[in-house]
Amino acid sequence: MLAANFLLLSAVIFCIGVFGVIARRNAVLVLMSIELILAAVMLNLVAFSAVLGTIDGQVFTLFVIGVAAAEVGVGLAMVLMVYRNRRSIALDELSEMKG
Amino acid sequence: MTVTVAAVLAADGINIAKNVGFGIIAFGMVFAALCVVSTRNIVHAALWLVVVLGGVAAQYILAGAEFVAVSQVLVYIGAVMVLFLFGIMLTRAKIGSDEGMFNDGWALGIPVAALLFGLLGWVIIDYAGDDVIANQTPTPTVMLSDAYLGPFLIPFLALTFVLLAAAIGAIVIARKD
Repeated sequence: MLAANFLLLSAVIFCIGVFGVIARRNAVLVLMSIELILAAVMLNLVAFSAVLGTIDGQVFTLFVIGVAAAEVGVGLAMVLMVYRNRRSIALDELSEMKG
Repeated sequence: MTVTVAAVLAADGINIAKNVGFGIIAFGMVFAALCVVSTRNIVHAALWLVVVLGGVAAQYILAGAEFVAVSQVLVYIGAVMVLFLFGIMLTRAKIGSDEGMFNDGWALGIPVAALLFGLLGWVIIDYAGDDVIANQTPTPTVMLSDAYLGPFLIPFLALTFVLLAAAIGAIVIARKD
């Protein structure tokens, strides 16, 4: 297989995720777009692991899986707290800290 | 024409069956990812995300990373998706003024994403070109465990503390006082 196959696929998924982070208004959907970005990065790491013939990319991928799980847990807890305080998770309404 | 292309690919040592499988899975993943960022139903977005993450696991197997693929299925499709569905369930109410799922300036995301993809694609083609992945035999899990209990032991232990802190932090943040 061509190495560029994996890399181009992960670039496409990454860009779709970036679009989701910019366009979406609901905080949970933004977290899902961040998951898309992380999946693209992990695919990239595994692809480089295969290209270079070393194990390090896969080791890093498992680290990223662990950190992403922690990120989702804390992120959703924060979304839940915002919802409980404001009855809304629309991101454009969270503007208290705007200067 | 197809036969010629197939012959050239075979002569290069490129496995055609794997390429066809890659193409099918990649098409499904891109379609599902577009659905994740464009559908108006949150639960449907979560279910399309399952398709993307399952496709990523399949690509890991194609790249010879089987342990990572199984971990991906366990952690993402097993745990993270349940967390997302609970998050949707607990925050689902009529949002403020309207039910809009998109920001006012959502169209700005299209040129940003297109520009980013152009840049990334250019760099990838320039770097990888027509490099072929030579060795695609599955990685023995023993190599991974040797890496974790050898040179990566300290980061591994640090990750356990990160997970512990995240679990405690999530409970503290989300608890009702």
